Parts: sequence; C-alpha cells; structure tokens
Amino acid sequence: MSETLVEASPFAAELDAALARAEPAALTALRAEAAGRFRALGLPSLRDEEWRHTNVAPVAKLRFVAPRPWSGARAAELAEEIARFRLDGTCELVFVDGRFAPELSATLLPEGVAIESLARRLARDAGGLAAVLGRKARFDAHPFLALSTALFEDGAVVEVAPRAVVETALHLIFYSTASPEPQASFPRTLILAGEASQATVVESFAGAPGAIYLTCPVTELVAARAAVVDHYKLQRESRAAFHLSGIAVETARAANVASHSFSLGGAIVRHDIRGALAGEGSEATLNGLYLVEDRQLVDTHMRVDHLAPHCASHELYKGVLDGRARAVFSGRIHVHPGAQKTDAKQTNRNLLLSEEAIAHSQPQLEIYADDVKCTHGSTVGQLDDEAVFYLRSRGIGIEAARSLLTYAFAADLVERVKVPALHRELQEFLFAWVPQGEVVRDAV
Amino acid sequence: MLLEIQNLHANVEGREILRGLDLTIRPGEVHAMMGPNGSGKSTLAQVLAGKEDYEVTAGRVLMDGKDLLELPPEERAREGLFLAFQYPVEIPGVSNTYFLKAAVNAVRKHRGLPEYDAVDFLKLVRQKVKLVGLDESLLQRPVNEGFSGGEKKRNEIFHMAVLEPTLCVLDETDSGLDIDALRIVADGVNSLRAPGRSFLVITHYQRLLNYIVPDFVHVLIDGRIVQSGGKELALELEDKGYSWLEVEPAGAGA
Repeated sequence: MSETLVEASPFAAELDAALARAEPAALTALRAEAAGRFRALGLPSLRDEEWRHTNVAPVAKLRFVAPRPWSGARAAELAEEIARFRLDGTCELVFVDGRFAPELSATLLPEGVAIESLARRLARDAGGLAAVLGRKARFDAHPFLALSTALFEDGAVVEVAPRAVVETALHLIFYSTASPEPQASFPRTLILAGEASQATVVESFAGAPGAIYLTCPVTELVAARAAVVDHYKLQRESRAAFHLSGIAVETARAANVASHSFSLGGAIVRHDIRGALAGEGSEATLNGLYLVEDRQLVDTHMRVDHLAPHCASHELYKGVLDGRARAVFSGRIHVHPGAQKTDAKQTNRNLLLSEEAIAHSQPQLEIYADDVKCTHGSTVGQLDDEAVFYLRSRGIGIEAARSLLTYAFAADLVERVKVPALHRELQEFLFAWVPQGEVVRDAV
Repeated sequence: MLLEIQNLHANVEGREILRGLDLTIRPGEVHAMMGPNGSGKSTLAQVLAGKEDYEVTAGRVLMDGKDLLELPPEERAREGLFLAFQYPVEIPGVSNTYFLKAAVNAVRKHRGLPEYDAVDFLKLVRQKVKLVGLDESLLQRPVNEGFSGGEKKRNEIFHMAVLEPTLCVLDETDSGLDIDALRIVADGVNSLRAPGRSFLVITHYQRLLNYIVPDFVHVLIDGRIVQSGGKELALELEDKGYSWLEVEPAGAGA
C-alpha cells in the first residue's frame, strides 16, 4: 500500500522533510495533521464530486522540485522581471518562488500596519498565530489546501492595528521564476484586521512567461469587530502554470470584507473560496472575474457560511471564455440555524465567445433558518443577438459591436476596483484581451 | 430617388410576411406607413435595417441607387439609414455616450469625414440633447438601461439627431407614449426635417401624424400596400378603420 501512495503522491518526500523540520510543537502538529489529510485524500480525480470537471492529471504527472531559497544577489535581475507587475501608489512586498525578497520590497510601511515575513514570524513566535494559521482555510476535504498547509515555508503576515485607517494599499507580489525543472511553492498570507480598522490588500500572482510551475497559495483573512477590508487577488500566472489556491475570509461582528478575484493567467487554475460570516451584522462581498482562452481552465469553488444573524453576503462571478477554454463555478450558500435575517445573493454569469468553450455553473443554497432572503442564479450564454444588431444598426461593425459588449460584460467587475493602479491595469488587460479591444479603447 | 423598394417579398421562420411591396421615397419626403397588427409594418422596418432573422425571397431595395440588401446592417447605417426601434434594446455596461461616439465615428469614417475628438463630440452631444429634450444625466448611463418608455424613444431620436441619417425609419415610435412624450418626440423629429432627409414613419395610429405631418400615407395590409394617398388618408383611416381596404378576409395575413 505504501508503494501506491508514493506513486500517487509526488510530494511524499517533501512531506517527510517538512515533518522532520525542527519547528515549534504547534506548527509540527498542524503540518502533521495536514500531511495526514493530504495522504488520505490523495490527488483528486474526476471521480471526486468537487473535481468532476477539473482534471489535475497534468499536475500529477510532473515532478516538482523545491525552489532555491531567495538570494539578494538575484535582486537586480528579478527587479526587472517583476517591474511590469508592480502597481503605482501601493506599498509593495515581493515574494520570489514563495520566499520573501526584502531587497525588492518596500522598507517603509504605512502607519498602522505591520507586515512580517511568515517564516520570520514563526521563528519568533509560532504560538501567536496558532488560532488562525490553517484554521480558517479548512483543508480537511481539500487536498491542495492540505498540501499547502503541510509544506508552506513563507508568506506574509499583515496585521492592521485596531482603529488604524490605512490609506495606502498594500500590494503583495508572489512571483514565480523560470527554472530547468518545474518548481512548486506554497506561499501563505495571513491578514488580521484589528477592531474598527480599515485597509486594502492586493495579492498578485505572476510568473515568468511560459514557465511551468505550481503555486498553491492560501490566504486567510480575519476581520475583527467592525473592521473594513478591501481585498483583491490578481492572478496573472504564466500560461503554462498551475495555480491551485484557497482564500478564507472570516468576519466578526459588524465587519465588512470585500474580496475581488481577477483570474487571468495560468493553464489550470482552481480557487477555493470560503466566506464565514461569523459575527452578527457583518458583510462579505466575494466577487470575481475570469477571462480564459485557448485551453485554459479556471475552476472556482465557493462556500459561504452564514453563522450569525443579520449578515449579508454578495457574490458575483463573471467569466468570459474563448477558444477551447473551460470554466467551472460551484457556489454554495449555507445558512446555519439561527442566522436569521440573512441577506445572501450569489450570481454566476458566463459569456462564451466560441463554440468550443464550455462553462459549468452550479449555484446552490442550503438554508436552515426561516427568516432569510437568499437568491442565486447562473447563466451560460453567448452575446445577445438583439444587442449586437442594435449596435450594428447604428453603424458599429459586427466585430466592434461584439467587442464593446464583451468589454462591457467584464468591465462591470473591473469598475468595482477602488485601487486606481489596479483598475488601470485591469482595464488595459481587457483592452488587450477582448477581440478588437482597440475599438473599445477609442470609445471609452 | 432616395429609396426604391420593388416587389419586396420577405419571410420570417418560413412564413411570408411581405408579399410584393413597392415604395418610392424622394429626398425630403415624409411617408407614413399604416396598417393593422400583423400587416408587416415592423417586418418592413427590420428588413430595411438588415435583421438576419428575415429572409428576403424576392425583390430589391435601392438606397441612393445602391443595393441595400447586399449590405450588412452597419454599412446600411453608414450609408445613411437609421431605424428607430419599436423596442430599443438595453445594453448594460455600455454608456450611451461612448456607444454613440463609436457609432458616429464609424459613420464619419465611412463618409470620409474626420473623426470627432472628445471635445468636439461633447459639443455635438450637448447641442443635440437639447434638441430632443433628453435629460443630460441619461448620457452617462448604460444605453437604455432603466430608462422609462418615453426616455427610450427620446433616446432613439437623440441617436438619430447625432448620426444625421438621410433616411429615418421610425418603427411605432409612438407606441407606449403619453401625449406629452409623444409631442416631445414629434418635435424632435420635426426639428430634423430637412430637404436632404426623408422619413418613413410606421405607425398603427393616426395620432402621431397630427404632430409629424406626412407628405404621403400608405396602407399596408397583408404584406402589400393597398392604398396610398395624402395626409387626409390617415384621417379617413381613423374614421373608418382598415376593414374597407382589406382585399382578403380580415386576419388572413395576421
């Protein structure tokens, strides 16, 4: 039996090594638990309900190596590679192949916020994070979250002081380099927003063009009482990369978290997003946009738990698919007993630009409280013929008409971005991505 | 001759709706096309604009001597045809202004005129918006989204004013409008009347023609024009209905 497990799991050696690290007991215990789950679950196959449409066989086929540790000697070379992923006006911290790269990062942080490399923090004080680390992004049923929890080495711990209002957006860049053998990294972000604080955090994932690698990032975001957090995830991995990720958001009483995911790159991409409305009167917005073409695959699995009364959650996911791309959206809103006056709305809309593109959409509701307002809906369709004809009848060419409508469909989410540099970046991406986007650029 | 329709036959979903329609419109003329429900009025408008759901099986349509039916919808528009829709389409996410700027520049480019820059375009829009009495706040809103029925129709006339077509087809622009909205829309249309611009006003009711006074009135029944006359024909129809003109039993083509 042990032999089949070794066969099935290319990470067996890495897991053994991780468990043998000299680390504080709490951390070792967490890793052991996660490693156990990964070994029990194995890599998912199409027979797993949660992975029915997402074939990770290409990941299983590759043997990934651990990235070399960060060295300041590479700073100059990497600075150039990373330049195009930076966002003006933000405070940036850079992680290369999963490890903190201080030479590429800002040294001066805005007032009211502390950011530390996760590796450094754990070396200093592993116990302090025990209640959060690996506890919000639950890995019991998710092999890649389990793997990431067992193997992570570094990442970011972002702590916003109580009542601090941080005006400058924080930008964490996770960059993967090209290497002779495919590398795997498991970066981890913890965002702890103190009581009544306010902050904006952008996480960017990118890589060297064409590079094959695996990123399994996990983000855990906990908003304390009345905290307001704007979170953005911008996924622009190499088009040959695998990005298998998790985001977990938890809101305490009266907290408000908005998390927008923009999934633009990668070959096989999976987002497992979890929202827990834990405190009364809290609010979560979990929106996303995916743009896929060629043979790209993007899979979003979302679960929102309403655990307390008077909470609101809004999820709008939109996708545009071209070529032979595939998208999966599976969303579940779970209203627990006692979560009265829940106001939940989940929508997934897919726009297919080609006959070969396929979108699977499955929103679900599970309600165990009787005084709630919950709606969900999903659509998979092509551009509206009536709208195309209307535009053409005013002199706009068919391609331009399709382009305008596609742009408008996607821009709906881009327009919600409140960080100016990120908004610009996404708009530019859309112009370049949408067929005949230059027409739109002229018109907008 | 601005528009010449000869023996036009058109099907929708295999059913023949237009059955040999002839019509000639000269520059500067206003023609009204009236007829009962199902007579083919809206089909005529859609066929002229180039809607793909309609299949032309015989006949031809010339605009300024060019074969209109050969052209895709956008080129018809660039050649100077404008259809004011009976049911203007809502386009979420596309602002009225940037849609119109793309449209007007496509038309100008085709005519060999320089494209408008943002400043010139804004000037033009400000001037036209006053002309049709459209609330300026509707310019930044997505096209027709959340507009009232009257606002949608006024927006159509506004588009028409900006695009400056030579042939304007108004498809039941009066439907769903109260008398005040009707008057505003009609004033907009009248202000666009010019020697080089013709109108084909499709309507079910004579009421609109009190405000947009036509040079000619045609009665379309069962896919053919059965009667043509001056503006007094509209009043006669108001009095007597359509039945006295029906050559086949009522409802045969409905």
